[in-house]
Amino acid sequence: MSIGCIYALVALGFVLIYKATEVVNFAQGELMMLGAFLAYTFISILGWNYWAGAAAAIFCMFFVGNFVDRIFLRPVLGQPQFSIVMVTIGFGYMARSAAGMVPGWGTETYAISTPFSSEGMSLVPESVGSLVISQTDLSVIIATIILCAVLYAFFTHTRLGVAMQASSQNQLAAYYMGIPVKAVFSMIWGISAAVAAAAGILLAPTTLIDTSMGFIGLKAFPAAVLGGFGSIPGAVVGGLIIGIIETLAGFYLPPGFKNVAAYVVLLVVLVVRPQGLFGQKTGKRV
Amino acid sequence: MRFLFKTDYDQDIRIAKHSGYYWSYGLLLLIVFAAPFFLEGYYIGQMTQLYIIAMAGVGLMLLAGYTGLVSLGHAAFFGIGAYTEAVLTSNGVPLPFMDEPVVFPFFLSMPLAAIFAALAGVAIGVPVLRLTGIYLAIATFAFALVIEEILSRWESVTNGYTGLLVESLYVGDLELTDGAPFYFLCLGLLIVVLLMSINLLRSPTGRAMMAIRDSEISAQSMGVNLARVKTTAFALSAGVTGLAGALFAHKLGFLSPESFTVFQSLELLVLVVVGGIGSLHGAIFGAIFVLALPQGLAILKDYLPTSIAETPGMEPFIFGLILVLVIIFEPYGIYGRWLKIKHYFQMFPVYKKATFKRQKAYMKSERLK
Repeated sequence: MSIGCIYALVALGFVLIYKATEVVNFAQGELMMLGAFLAYTFISILGWNYWAGAAAAIFCMFFVGNFVDRIFLRPVLGQPQFSIVMVTIGFGYMARSAAGMVPGWGTETYAISTPFSSEGMSLVPESVGSLVISQTDLSVIIATIILCAVLYAFFTHTRLGVAMQASSQNQLAAYYMGIPVKAVFSMIWGISAAVAAAAGILLAPTTLIDTSMGFIGLKAFPAAVLGGFGSIPGAVVGGLIIGIIETLAGFYLPPGFKNVAAYVVLLVVLVVRPQGLFGQKTGKRV
Repeated sequence: MRFLFKTDYDQDIRIAKHSGYYWSYGLLLLIVFAAPFFLEGYYIGQMTQLYIIAMAGVGLMLLAGYTGLVSLGHAAFFGIGAYTEAVLTSNGVPLPFMDEPVVFPFFLSMPLAAIFAALAGVAIGVPVLRLTGIYLAIATFAFALVIEEILSRWESVTNGYTGLLVESLYVGDLELTDGAPFYFLCLGLLIVVLLMSINLLRSPTGRAMMAIRDSEISAQSMGVNLARVKTTAFALSAGVTGLAGALFAHKLGFLSPESFTVFQSLELLVLVVVGGIGSLHGAIFGAIFVLALPQGLAILKDYLPTSIAETPGMEPFIFGLILVLVIIFEPYGIYGRWLKIKHYFQMFPVYKKATFKRQKAYMKSERLK
């Protein structure tokens, strides 16, 4: 369940960028990794309070996301989608190896000390039944719920959110309507990177931090596709479903299926219902 | 400056556009055929590897560069080709109606490897016919991950992570899979594949492929059977990549699933993009780039201060950086730069920079109703 929430959070990052810029960011997992490393720096190396460190990491990642868009993506704005995707792949390479080169980060594995204990606590009274969940997992689930609610409200109820949707549908028309498309794109990259950082920080207690933790990002693809790219609730539901399927596959199927279960689901979804569970069905008009 | 007077429609589809082609490509052929007689064993091996990777690049180029279907999972076909070849040529395969397991000779096993990979290409190509763009990329990506898992789990055939030893091939007493003979085998097959691709691309099928790349809707309106052409493209591309995989199996001599991961797929894609998307030259240039980069960096390391040279992540960093820079500044890759230089000298002194200027574009959503 909690791993599903992590998938959901990373998928949320994909969806945000896709919703606003129609680019699929293959470096989302790397952004998450950078966020986790920043948090590690603030909390473990500099010895800050957990909450302050996490907030600082998320804040920094907002600017990193902004910066990535300014430097790497703005020059190829409006080029075919494929070249933009390749740019994000290239950035992923760079981020992964750059994190390995930073002094103090390196290629080893680290842990952050959190205020949440990994001990189980029961959610319901013993007399009703046993539903035990660790505080770490609970923190992940609660944070996911809060983030989703905030983002959903942002997209539907604020001017900026609506502007983002508009610029995704037609860049030129958005320009004409007076939307600063480029600034909006930088903004969305910032938000998405911040969400990724949150995911990274929440994930840190479970999987520990190392430079290759970005590969979780690849698992978030099935989640995003299952929910329908471009749908925020879809990403969350997709993430949860993928997390549950993976856990069940680990229990009931022979070893090996756990790793690929998510991708098999992805292939089936793409073949049967390419628009996903919550996506809009579209056609192109000439 | 050279002026081409067109007096015949056939001139448009001729392989050699003018007599200069015979000279330049003839010289190139002469060099590559003479090379093994002058080079040391190490360089022959590197050149062989270059041809193999270039062949895989041509396979992906047919799909990504000419049909516009971007595949993030070509290492899967590469791996299928390699494993098929290894299994067929090793201890033998038990077949019905045969008393003993059959060991295939290479002139049968290599086409079979290509055919197996092509079948896998059809297997993934048909279900994803409706998908384009990013969805297709993700679907092929998932497919590659599944294949990778199968390669590592199907231990009775692939030996899993323990690895599979590939037998050397002999013709009489001559070992075919090492040194100069293998060089000529790979070179010959690469040339065959290139000629096949060139001919394909000037045939109706090839033109239909390019029409699909440029606009699916207009291709459909012109009577192109989308499903058939796309499937053909997938099969051909996978087949060529599978053939390259079969050669690669002999080059490595030892197969394990780690050689065919998603990173291999990404590397192939980088090869295509950096070399120059949409040109067969690009596949060759890209292969040179992918092979030469680690070597170049190794040489460069001697001149850098140790603190920088010793960092482990240097190579992927440069790899990513070059990829990003190429896309931003040179969208048609190394071949695009080559064309510009050639054009400069052809038009000297009246070369205009704007000839190759990128058109300003605004992206329109594909999601609109």
